[in-house]
Amino acid sequence: MHDVYQFVSGPLAWAAFGLFVGGSLYRIAAMILLARRKDVQVFEYMSLRYALRSILHWSVPFMSVNMRQRPVMTVVTFLFHLCLILSPLFVLGHVVMFDTSFGFSWPALPDQLADAMTLVVVAACLFFLGRRLSLAEAQYVTSFSDYAILALVAAPFITGFLAYHQFLDYQLMLVLHIVSGEAMLVAIPFTRLSHMLFAPFTRAYIGSEFGAVRHARDW
Amino acid sequence: MYSNGSTMTREPVQDDGLALGLARLTPERIAATTQAFLKEETGARLQVYLDTCVHCGLCSEACHYYLSHDKDPSYSPVGKVNQTILQLVKKNGRVSPEFIGQAARVAYTECNLCRRCSMYCPFGIDIAYMVGLVRRLCFKLGVTPKYLQDTVNSHSATLNQMWVREDEWIDSLQWQEGEARDEVPGLRIPLEKEGAEIMYSVIGPEPKFRTQLIYQAAVIMHAAGADWTMPATPGWDNSDMAMYSGDYELMGRLKRAHFETAMRLKVKRIVMGECGHAFRSIHDVGNRWLGWRDRPIPVIHAVQYYHELLTSGKIRIAKKYDEAVTFHDPCNIVRGMGLGDMGREVAKALTPELVEMHPNREHNYCCCAGGGVINCGPPFRNTRVSGNKIKAEQLAATGVKTVIAPCHNCHGGLEDIIHHYKLDMKIKFLGDLIYECMEKPWE
Repeated sequence: MHDVYQFVSGPLAWAAFGLFVGGSLYRIAAMILLARRKDVQVFEYMSLRYALRSILHWSVPFMSVNMRQRPVMTVVTFLFHLCLILSPLFVLGHVVMFDTSFGFSWPALPDQLADAMTLVVVAACLFFLGRRLSLAEAQYVTSFSDYAILALVAAPFITGFLAYHQFLDYQLMLVLHIVSGEAMLVAIPFTRLSHMLFAPFTRAYIGSEFGAVRHARDW
Repeated sequence: MYSNGSTMTREPVQDDGLALGLARLTPERIAATTQAFLKEETGARLQVYLDTCVHCGLCSEACHYYLSHDKDPSYSPVGKVNQTILQLVKKNGRVSPEFIGQAARVAYTECNLCRRCSMYCPFGIDIAYMVGLVRRLCFKLGVTPKYLQDTVNSHSATLNQMWVREDEWIDSLQWQEGEARDEVPGLRIPLEKEGAEIMYSVIGPEPKFRTQLIYQAAVIMHAAGADWTMPATPGWDNSDMAMYSGDYELMGRLKRAHFETAMRLKVKRIVMGECGHAFRSIHDVGNRWLGWRDRPIPVIHAVQYYHELLTSGKIRIAKKYDEAVTFHDPCNIVRGMGLGDMGREVAKALTPELVEMHPNREHNYCCCAGGGVINCGPPFRNTRVSGNKIKAEQLAATGVKTVIAPCHNCHGGLEDIIHHYKLDMKIKFLGDLIYECMEKPWE
């Protein structure tokens, strides 16, 4: 098990981060180059002011009509994304690992808070699963990959929680936690998780069209 | 439970245009055309939109078809994407003629391209753009609804939407001028006046069967002392059903003819009648196809022009319209140009009370006629009438008897809804009310 741990936290981690960073840069660059060739209007009508206006209205909870119409979904989505991004970056275990490997660190979250945030992510995933299963408009457009992506996102948080609390086999959980985390990272540029990369662009573009060309609000 | 991309349940509809096109299709031809289309005419936007959409369904509440069909998910915006372009991309065009028939029906008759869903998608995905792509592909495959195609054929042959011949056009204008001169001595509908300040342009149906609108416009122009003209040549029609059928080459011809007519007449600007889709075509679709970032000549919509006439005092209001009204926000000038407040200011100047529909302005529900849907004709009349129960409820809730809609398509759509749901309401253009209520110094 130790060898496996060495492998997944060493070469595999490098590979995963490489694929995540490289893949993300590649996807964004390829998208920009393709747009330059085929979607010139995206650049032509891009307006910084209206792009930021749109991003602002959709980055602050309840600033759009749709968010106000669905308060539960809004709260869950914001908490989910906040915890999803912040807890892995600031959980003590990760900070310590970086410190040991590279000799630099940053302030970490208190363990109990990180723990709670982990549970928020898992609970939100369950909420999204329930939503997919029970809401006709989501069910209608759900395919296997939507469930797979949900599982991919939940897995590192579930295994991380189990590993931290040393439930079940600690070593195994740790390895599973690392592997699933790496899988999720790699999946970001190559699956629908790429909305993490593209959402700012799609918002900026529609915000510009609505604001600068059509003189209308888009929220 | 729904399976992904499942076929929807709809009553069969006989449309000769779709049937004729489908009869000519083979799976090989569909694949070849679709692959070439995806390669040549789509790019980063489509790819990113399909990759970014997380199938959350949050766009559903935006769609009047969805809301009017008891939240049937096959009418949701993402549901329509799922039934059409997503499958075409996934299968790289290897679909059956039946699939294309269904896709055409969804794209042409179950979406008005009103763009409301873009305001509900957390990512701001332009779903109307994707439905437009499906229409473009169907056009390339020769699968277009018969009535819509007939309108497009008229555009192609005459550069107007209604098979109006050049002499009939001139004759209609002179006829209206003659009629109006009985009421307003000295009134002219100046034809071909080079160097006039304004070229006034209308849509094909105005000379064809809403001629009184030209009469009213002439009276308003006269009262305002406007320096205006109308062209005597093709290019007078600002409408554009080719934009909605997917025939973008023809759209380019139409917009070019329109702009070039204004240039030939050396006018300072174009003022358009109360039409929504024509404004969209000129303001941000047709002009782009021709390579214009903006417009080669300033173009304003009637709402803007009326607002200008009222605020500058060129037109004065003598009396108020006799009852309270509500104001319908046409998608193409409100979501498309932010004219909701301006339209309301004009309406409020003319009426004793304006009762709002909710939601309104950019969030207003569509008339369900626009986007070329009403032009798909009788076979799909029920599709759009049953597809807009929500609008009927919205109208009824105001309790007023008059709805103002500064858009031709909205008129057609609302008229059918008002009739079908037995609402006791009249529909008015802003121009109708201005004509009725303005000061007429000659009287």
